[in-house]
Amino acid sequence: MSAVDAATERLEFRTAIRDAIAEEIERDPSVVLFGEDVAAAGGVFKATPGLHERFGDERVFDTPISELALASAAFGAAVTGLRPVFEIMFGDFMALPMDALVNQAAKFWYVSDEQASVPLVVRSAVGGGGRFGAMHSQIHGTWFQGVPGLKIACPSSPAEAKGLLKGAIRDDNPVVFLEHKRLYSVKGRPAAQAPDDVIPLGVARIARAGRDLTIATIGKGVPDALAAADELAADGLDAEVVDLRTLRPLDLDTVLASVARTNRVLAVEEGPRTGGWSTGLLGAIAERGLHDLDDVWILATAETPVPYSPTLEDAYMPGADAIVADVRARLGVGADPREAF
Amino acid sequence: MAEAPTAQAVEAAAYLEPYGRMLLIRRFEAALHRLFLQGEVHGTTHLSAGQEAIPVGVCLALRADDYVAGTYRGHGHALAKGTDPEALVAEMLGRATGICGGRAGSMNVIDLEHGLVGCFGIVGGSIGAATGAALSARRQNRVAVAFFGDGAANQGYFHECLNLAAVMALPAVYVCENNFYGEFTPLAASTAGGDIAGRAAAYGMPAQVVDGNDLWAVEAAARAAVDTARAGGGPTLLECHTYRHYGHSKSDPATYRPPEEVERWLARDPLAIARERLLALGVPEGEVAATEVEVEAALDRAVEAALQAPYPDPAIDAATEYAGPVHGSPPSPSATPGAGA
Repeated sequence: MSAVDAATERLEFRTAIRDAIAEEIERDPSVVLFGEDVAAAGGVFKATPGLHERFGDERVFDTPISELALASAAFGAAVTGLRPVFEIMFGDFMALPMDALVNQAAKFWYVSDEQASVPLVVRSAVGGGGRFGAMHSQIHGTWFQGVPGLKIACPSSPAEAKGLLKGAIRDDNPVVFLEHKRLYSVKGRPAAQAPDDVIPLGVARIARAGRDLTIATIGKGVPDALAAADELAADGLDAEVVDLRTLRPLDLDTVLASVARTNRVLAVEEGPRTGGWSTGLLGAIAERGLHDLDDVWILATAETPVPYSPTLEDAYMPGADAIVADVRARLGVGADPREAF
Repeated sequence: MAEAPTAQAVEAAAYLEPYGRMLLIRRFEAALHRLFLQGEVHGTTHLSAGQEAIPVGVCLALRADDYVAGTYRGHGHALAKGTDPEALVAEMLGRATGICGGRAGSMNVIDLEHGLVGCFGIVGGSIGAATGAALSARRQNRVAVAFFGDGAANQGYFHECLNLAAVMALPAVYVCENNFYGEFTPLAASTAGGDIAGRAAAYGMPAQVVDGNDLWAVEAAARAAVDTARAGGGPTLLECHTYRHYGHSKSDPATYRPPEEVERWLARDPLAIARERLLALGVPEGEVAATEVEVEAALDRAVEAALQAPYPDPAIDAATEYAGPVHGSPPSPSATPGAGA
């Protein structure tokens, strides 16, 4: 099970997920993986094939479709010596186990007066664009963002997926891990992160350096913003793309440093702006970096559930084309943005 | 020269300590009731007087390193498992010397050192937590016990976790403290079939209805269930019939319970039953009385010491949101606890 496609030397996102779990199971005897169809079937998105065969029933096992029981069992196991990684297949299903995550896992460290930490990771496939409809396309990060004690991570590329998942498994806190469905088949360079490819949670990344505009986003928003930035470069606009990597904790310092260079920030969020992460981010930027700001705005989705029909769903998604159109409309097509304001 | 005690009396004398622990719980609850009226206990409390034989009987069947999860009516669960009474009183009083530093209060006590993975303010939460602890326990030759009320038998936690534990043959024991009222609503109005133990059959799980006011009956049933679990025989459900002497919580005078029903249950007080049994088995009344004096004095000392203990100081509170090294930025400088001190 090579991590890299031999012909292209490119790592597939779903393989990066599998490799991260395999390496951590191998490294730490307390790591276990469970969920619906993760073992024998290898996961419905084929992110965990071969792990059950390789590590056996004790380390990798299938469970009933009982999201609340899984999350609470992961909590109980985490405070008694295991490091569970469990899958809630679609992010939408995360409405079911909220008590175990919000009231049990997230509060334990503080309420217990720090008697023990809660090292668990809950992985889910998230996001729209797959014609899965309203109950299989949401991104649940913002449902959990207001809960102290949780961390929320969302990788943007294969290398990021491997590094962030390893970072999440080694993290001593409960981590909500979001895997965008439209990224599973993406291949990319398996960038080496030292040591052991691990990316610690809470450190954002400059995915593309630029002078004129900061685009802050996460997950699939990052490749979309990078594609948009390439197109905008033809207009003479040099966009910087910040990959937030985690919604909680949020690496404001990296965003503020970027805004100090570009003086403009666009937050691109796949989800409604009301209650979204982008509103909080922009509020924090205003609070701490108002003097650096010439312009600040949000590109988010409509305030509706995710639609099914291809025409409706395509219009709903804030993809690369939507970002380009939005930036052009806001800053003036082809105009020097430094003169536009 | 006094007569040599009979073998039966020697055996019975081993129950002086558990009797004393039941009395400790009874007196603890009475003390809390008093302290609440004096304004020393805040918010609300859920007292377990009348139900003492269940946690004490179950914990007699457990090893010190086995796990239990309790409920918001959990003072008895903690004291039965070994939590220091002074640290527990101090927690109720919100003092820095509390078992959770005053962060938990009455409903959320955690004492991992004594195997108490938590008491849960959400009905049914203990069932999930113990199920997870059982995942760890099967690696550690331990057993995990969930205490919960009859109301929890109507929660998703109950059905999802009993199914999961049965299908995985986890070393868990599910102990329902059936006091016949879910908050103010009688069992018959809330629980279809009225037979909680009978629900285990649907999961292929052995179950038993137990006289929850008889210390010896509870211990015998728990010992069989715990031995089965430890031997790899899977989980058991015990439905222990009991009655609470107080209302549901501090705001409830329990006027919905028929007086003749209350009288009938008060006549079956678990403490009185245990005391009569000890005497009938030949334990000298002087020894019983000495145990009672000792327990009362110890509790008085614990309450006195707790009342003298300081409150936690918010200016020097060293609370951290996360366990382990932290990356990322705080939401804003002013949001940092104690930043102004």
